[in-house]
Amino acid sequence: MIRYAWIVPALPAVAFFLILFWGKRMPGKGAEVGIAAMTIALVLACVILGQWASGHAPVHGSFLLLQAGSLRIEAGQYIDGLTAAMFVVVCLVSLCSQVYSTAYMKGDRRYTIYYAWLSLFSAAMLTLVIASSLFELLIGWELVGICSYLLIGHWWEEKENSDAAIKAFITTKTGDVPFLFGIFVLTLAAGTSNIPGITARVAAGGIGTGVLTASALLLFGGAIGKSAQFPLHVWLPDAMAGPTPVSALIHAATMVAAGVYLVARLYAVYAPSGHALAFVGGIGAITMLIAALLALVQDDIKRVLAYSTVSQLAYMMASLGMGPKGYTPAMFLLFTHAFFKALLFYGAGSVIHAVHTNNMSEMGGLRKHMPVTFATFLIGTAALAGVPPFAGFFSKDEVIATGFETHHYILWAVALVTAFVTALYMTRTVILTFFGSYRGEAHPHESPRAMTSPMILLAILSAVAGFFGFLVFDWTHIPAVLEPEPFQVGLSILSVAVAFSGILVGYLLYRTYPERDPMLRMGPLSTLLVNKYYLDDIYTKGVVRPIQYPVARDVNDFDRTVIDGAVNGVGVGTRDVGGFLRYIQSGNVQRYAVFLFVGVAVLAFLITRF
Amino acid sequence: MSGWDTWALTLAVFLPAAGAVLIAVVPSKDDRTPRVLALVFSGAALAVGIAMLFGFDYGAAGFQFTVNASWISAIHATYHIGTDGISLPLLELTLLLSFLCAVYSYRILPSPGRPRAFLALMLLLETGMAGTFVALDLILFFVFWELVLVPMYFMIGVWGSSNRQYAAIKFFLYTLFGSVFMLLGFIAMYVKSLPHTFDIVALQHQAAVAPFARNVQLLIFAGIFLGFAVKVPLWPFHTWLPDAHTEAPTVGSVLLAGILLKMGGYGFIRIALPILPDAAKVWAPIIAILATIAIVYAALACLAQSDLKRLIAFSSVGHMGFVMLGIATLSAVGINAAIFGMVAHGIITGMLFFEIGSIYDRYHTRQIAELGGGMLLKVPLLGFVFAFTAIASMGLPGLAGFWGEVLSLFSAYAPASEHIALFRTLMVFGGIGTILTAGYILWTIQRVAMGTVPQARVDEPVADVTRIEWLAWVPMLAGILILGLIPRLVTGVTNDAVTVLTRVFIR
Repeated sequence: MIRYAWIVPALPAVAFFLILFWGKRMPGKGAEVGIAAMTIALVLACVILGQWASGHAPVHGSFLLLQAGSLRIEAGQYIDGLTAAMFVVVCLVSLCSQVYSTAYMKGDRRYTIYYAWLSLFSAAMLTLVIASSLFELLIGWELVGICSYLLIGHWWEEKENSDAAIKAFITTKTGDVPFLFGIFVLTLAAGTSNIPGITARVAAGGIGTGVLTASALLLFGGAIGKSAQFPLHVWLPDAMAGPTPVSALIHAATMVAAGVYLVARLYAVYAPSGHALAFVGGIGAITMLIAALLALVQDDIKRVLAYSTVSQLAYMMASLGMGPKGYTPAMFLLFTHAFFKALLFYGAGSVIHAVHTNNMSEMGGLRKHMPVTFATFLIGTAALAGVPPFAGFFSKDEVIATGFETHHYILWAVALVTAFVTALYMTRTVILTFFGSYRGEAHPHESPRAMTSPMILLAILSAVAGFFGFLVFDWTHIPAVLEPEPFQVGLSILSVAVAFSGILVGYLLYRTYPERDPMLRMGPLSTLLVNKYYLDDIYTKGVVRPIQYPVARDVNDFDRTVIDGAVNGVGVGTRDVGGFLRYIQSGNVQRYAVFLFVGVAVLAFLITRF
Repeated sequence: MSGWDTWALTLAVFLPAAGAVLIAVVPSKDDRTPRVLALVFSGAALAVGIAMLFGFDYGAAGFQFTVNASWISAIHATYHIGTDGISLPLLELTLLLSFLCAVYSYRILPSPGRPRAFLALMLLLETGMAGTFVALDLILFFVFWELVLVPMYFMIGVWGSSNRQYAAIKFFLYTLFGSVFMLLGFIAMYVKSLPHTFDIVALQHQAAVAPFARNVQLLIFAGIFLGFAVKVPLWPFHTWLPDAHTEAPTVGSVLLAGILLKMGGYGFIRIALPILPDAAKVWAPIIAILATIAIVYAALACLAQSDLKRLIAFSSVGHMGFVMLGIATLSAVGINAAIFGMVAHGIITGMLFFEIGSIYDRYHTRQIAELGGGMLLKVPLLGFVFAFTAIASMGLPGLAGFWGEVLSLFSAYAPASEHIALFRTLMVFGGIGTILTAGYILWTIQRVAMGTVPQARVDEPVADVTRIEWLAWVPMLAGILILGLIPRLVTGVTNDAVTVLTRVFIR
């Protein structure tokens, strides 16, 4: 099966076309096709992972996409353990989201097209994962971007939603331009855009460190955009305007992890460059803390989770930045995070479905009304906060411990502080949502089984996945990486202590359900956080608005008055020179033609006299 | 088979002209006869074109389907035509788009109607455009080139919108202005060549063996540069384009954007580069700078447009900027990029102008503010198709617009020109241009297609895409997808010829 792995992305691609053209006429409005395709894809993905685990060699096959001069661009499949493991994660969460959506999106005006985009997204994401060449990866990369745009803006009747969609696309596109240039640099230096070819070339020492650093940094621009890292993280919280299953699938579990996947896939390029690794780690460190702090002050439950996603992705980046030993913890966290963050979003979606608001200030006491949602959300929270023995404990602890062991003490310290903040904001979220008494006006109820089943499944995975960390290295390691440090009891006691102190502080602060959120009573710090460090303002008022006005307007005015003015000036000028030319301007085209040829004949005569 | 080989190109080029003559002379009481004739003759030309695709030898870099007959012996002008990998895609594009315009015009004609005149002109235009792409003699090339002007002038001047007279004259005079210098350049080539010839193939051969003196080359290049640059149009010679497009009828705009502009880019590739290689090296950085200015400038100007059609017209300036940037790199990648970009832009922007025509027919305005949004609710299929095409225009991977753009930027990273630092700087600005492009495209989609239907339009009866529109559009929509997924369909044709052509520039 592993030789036919391309069938996995092909399935949702076919489903996309079927749903797009015939979905509306199907009994399930197209959802059944999407779900069927994803189910088969998941089974195949598991088979492929099984084959890999039982010792299959990497599979590489490609065909020519185009040849221009000496530039050959190929596409195809490259399957190793990293691909196979990502396949399973993407297919699993895709399937969960599609099943969940049958209930969550029930009765939606654009139900069918929604399923079409979900399928297209899965196809694009799987293409990104299976890509054997950088250009193929870019195709998948941009296609997941446009799917994200389409799904964030799913309810485009409201301008806010389409604004958020545009913001997401343009912000990530800003990172994609350096990403594209990075592909150029690497392709030209390696003489191929095929990933195995590049890896081999780097391993053979065929590319200088300077070029590697340049391409690694440029490529990372794309990862900063896609994985919502500082300073391009601003789009992800706004992306919560999309339907919640989309947030779970695209904006938590899979697409936003593409940046991390990119660095991992090309780790051979990153590993030899100390500067590139330091940059990746530095961006990770900055992002994890500033995003976690932002999560503290949000009232919108989805925005809490969005900032949390940014922060967790930053953990992965930081881990990758720690060097070859940080690779495995990053991948481990990527997989476990996909499970527990999708779970948390499903939980949030379930709550929103019940109370018709995203604001936690209008929730409270929901644990009595929604026991399944509560229980699963609690498991997700425990996993995210790093409570043993849930998945996040093992994976995040491994990241933090690696920071210490590899002597990245600053990364280690920031990661510990962030772990504290993470536990704090999640405790706040759980208390505000599920404890106390209900503050809203709806009639909360437990969600239907189509929604709770994926939650239960992911809760189980979030609870037990941590014990399978030893498999991650075996399955996903690539030649450029080293085995992670063994489990250190002392270090993990420290991070557990940090997590519990975060929970404790959260409990003390929120157990009495204060009228005014203590997070908003921190003076200037609260102001700074509520205003998102003013980054959005800087981008909007400093870049976007000035381009729209006055720059664009001025260019247009310049075009009309100066450039076109000159053209018209020449016309008018010649007309005023004399009556002869006024005669020309009569608009009689035959006359122009006569003059043209007479003029040409005269000039030709002159030329031949030279 | 030899009969077919010698006649195929002539048939493809002149069948439309024959149709035009027939439409003009056959008396018709009803309006139907000219429409059927236009359909039949442009369809026949397309059929010949498709048949040629099967007879074409894709492994050969030279010209095929050649005819070389004496024509005006006094000046050694010959009827020399032929096609190679560079011109074939553009020829096929011409035949396809013209046929689809005939399909569209079967039901939809701009006011004041008069189908006989309109369709005859359209077919004449087709002959001019197709001829330009296959002419291998400079005089023949010039005749076809100028032949294009007249029908387009009347299309804009008679069937255009309110300010049509101004736009038509501007279009005519401006391009005429350029082509006078171009003709001068051609004559200079003739004078300087030994033996004297207007034959493009012979001139290319001479350039390889005994090129013109450098100063002569520079001067001649300046002349033909003006002719081609106005046509492309390259910044700052572009201002005729938004006016012409805004005023032109739908079919006129489709052909103008879809094919006419490509004549300029093609001229650079076919004539300027191979015959004047030393001048091309000197001019390349200048062209590249102007092209990059065009990319950024056009995107900014697009952000400020309030008229949807004018916006798309300006976007053409930017897209042709990528084409010219690719050409200016003088590299095989860049010229492949340019041809791909031209074909893709022809389909995508041609399609956009079709859609804008249909939007205007339904809403009677092209002002974005007056359209008021909500098209996806009011006319969901039209809104969807518009959004799809606009996104293709943005250069989304998987759709046709991507490859021309990305290959052009790649060629700027690895140019054959010696000014590598300059080209890489331009690449960065080109990249910024793609962000701005995404910005105005998505903003346009938001304002036109998304949102709710304005109150005033809620009860307005508006039909969604009609059958005749689907017939004209589906081939283009499919083309956008197919060329995006299988780019080899174009580069497989172009690459051999391009590689041979650019050999002279390899450092």
